Amino acid sequence: MRKTKEFIIEKFILICGLASILFVVLIFLFLLKEGLAVFNIVSPLKFLFGKSWYPISEPPQLGILPLILGSLLVTLGAAAISIPIGVGCAIYIAEIAPLKIKETLKAGIELLAAIPSVVLGFIGMVTLVPIVKNLFHLPTGLTALSGSIMLAFMAMPTIVSIAEDALYSIPKNYKEGAFALGATHWQTIWRVMLPAASSGIVAAVMLGIGRVIGETMAVMMITGNAAVIPQSILAPVRTLTATIAAEMGEAVVGSEHYFALFAIGIVLFVISFAINVTADLFLHKRQ
Amino acid sequence: MRNPHRTQNIAFFLLLLATLLIVVPVGMIVVIIIQKGLPAITWQFLTDIPRHGMRAGGIFPAIVGTLYLVTGAILFALPIGLLAAVYLSEYSKDNILNRLIRLAIVNLAGVPSVVYGLFGLALFVVFFKFGASILSGSLTLGIMILPIIITTSREALESVPQSFREVSLSLGASKWQTIRHIVLPNAIPGILTGTILGLGRAAGETAPILFTVAAFYLPQLPDSIFDQAMALPYHLYVISTQVPNVDEKIRYGTALVLLAIVLFMNLVAIIIRYRYRKMKKW
Repeated sequence: MRKTKEFIIEKFILICGLASILFVVLIFLFLLKEGLAVFNIVSPLKFLFGKSWYPISEPPQLGILPLILGSLLVTLGAAAISIPIGVGCAIYIAEIAPLKIKETLKAGIELLAAIPSVVLGFIGMVTLVPIVKNLFHLPTGLTALSGSIMLAFMAMPTIVSIAEDALYSIPKNYKEGAFALGATHWQTIWRVMLPAASSGIVAAVMLGIGRVIGETMAVMMITGNAAVIPQSILAPVRTLTATIAAEMGEAVVGSEHYFALFAIGIVLFVISFAINVTADLFLHKRQ
Repeated sequence: MRNPHRTQNIAFFLLLLATLLIVVPVGMIVVIIIQKGLPAITWQFLTDIPRHGMRAGGIFPAIVGTLYLVTGAILFALPIGLLAAVYLSEYSKDNILNRLIRLAIVNLAGVPSVVYGLFGLALFVVFFKFGASILSGSLTLGIMILPIIITTSREALESVPQSFREVSLSLGASKWQTIRHIVLPNAIPGILTGTILGLGRAAGETAPILFTVAAFYLPQLPDSIFDQAMALPYHLYVISTQVPNVDEKIRYGTALVLLAIVLFMNLVAIIIRYRYRKMKKW
C-alpha cells in the first residue's frame, strides 16, 4: 500500500519536473503552428530580408529587415552603455565596496531589476525623451538612442548580478597569490580576477543582451515606432518585439498579418534560445 | 613613469563612477514617481472606476484585475513549480534528463515576454477557446513565472542539510514522508521568497497580458474568470500613450501604485530572506 502510494507520488513529481520541457516545446510548436503559414505568401528569405513592412497594404509587404535592424541598433546601443557600466559596477561591488555598502548596493540593483518595464518606459517618456529632443535639436525625442539608454538600465541588473557571482566564486588563493607577488589590488583585479572570471562575465553580458532583445513595453513607448530602415541612432525605429505588441491587437486571427507576427515570434524565440544555450555553456565551463 | 598606485586610484574612481551611474538614476526614478504620484493618491483614486475616457476617476478595476491575474498565476505556477523543484533536488540523478530540464528552465526564463503573449494567444485564447479572459492571462503569466519559482524553491530545498534526510530515512520514514515532513517545512522561507518574487514579476508584466486578457477600458469588475479585465501595467501603458490629454497626476499616480505593489512584494521577499539567514540553525 505504502509502496504504491510512493510510486504514484514519485511519478507525479516526475511529470511536474518535465513540465518546463513540455512548456518550452509547446511554445515553439504553437509559434510554428501559427507562424509558418506566412511562408505560403512570402519566401523565408524575402521575409527576413525584405526592406518594407506594410502588413495591411494590398497586397501586404512582409519584409522584417527594418525591424531586425531596429532591434539590432537599439540592442547595440544598449550593450555599449550597459556592458562597461555593468561590469564596472560588478567589480566595485565584488572587490572594492565595504561590506555594509555592498549589501545596500546589491539591494539597489535588485530594486532596479524589479521595476516593471512599463514604469521604466513611462519614466523614460516623461524625463529622458524631452532631454534627448532638446540636446540634439530633434523634431522628436522618441529615438533609438532613448530606447538604448532605457534598455541599458534593464540589462544592467542581469549583468551586474551574474558578473558579481562570477568574480565572487574565484578561489581566494588566486588573489592571495597575486598579492604575495607584490601586485596592487587593481593589478590583481585586471590581470588575475577578470581573466579568471571571463567566462562568467561573457555569460552575464549575453544574458543582459538577451534581456534587451526581448524587452517590449519600454521600447514600444520610447523608440518612436517607425517601421523603416533606421538611418541613424537619432531616428525613430521599431523593434521586433514592439511590432508584435503594437500590431497584434489589430490583426485578424488567421490573416496574413497575424501569421507574419507569429513568424516574428519564431525569430525572437530562436534568437533567445541561441543566446540562452550559449550563455549556459559559458556558465558551466566555469565550474 | 607609470605609477601603479595612481593607476589604481584612477581605476577605482571609474568603477565607483560606474556604480553611481546605476544607483543614482534608480534612486531618482523612484523619488520622481513618489514625489509626483503621491498627490494623486486619494481614497477616491484607489476605489473609483475610471471616468471621462480615463481622464478622471480612479483605477479600482485595474487594481482588482491585477490582483485576480496574480492570484490565478500563482495558483497555477506554485504547485507545478514546487513539485518540479522537489524533483530536481530530491529525485533526479545527474543524467541527460536532468540536464535537459535545467536547460528548459533557463530557456523558459529567457523567452521574451511578448512571445509569452503570442503563446498565450495561440494556445489559451484561440486553441482552447478561453477567449481573452482572466483564465488565459493567468495561465500565460503562470508559465512565465514558473522558472523563478522552480529556481528559488530548488535552492531552498537543496540548502536543507543532507543529514536531516538521513536521520529521517534511518527512522524508517519513506522518501516522500521525509520530503513532506522534514525537507519541505525547512525550506518554506526560501520557497516563500521565490513565490513572492514571482508574484511581483507577474504583477508588473504587460506584454503577456496584451492579447490574452487586458481590456482597454472596462469600467466594471469582472464577474468570472472568463471575463476580460483591466490590469494596472496595461492601464499605465494605455493612459500614457494611447489616450491624449490625460492629467499627468493620474499617470504618475497609476505608476506609483504599480511600483508600490511590485516593490512592496520584493521588500517582503528580501526581509524574509534576511531573517531566515539569521535564524538558520545549521
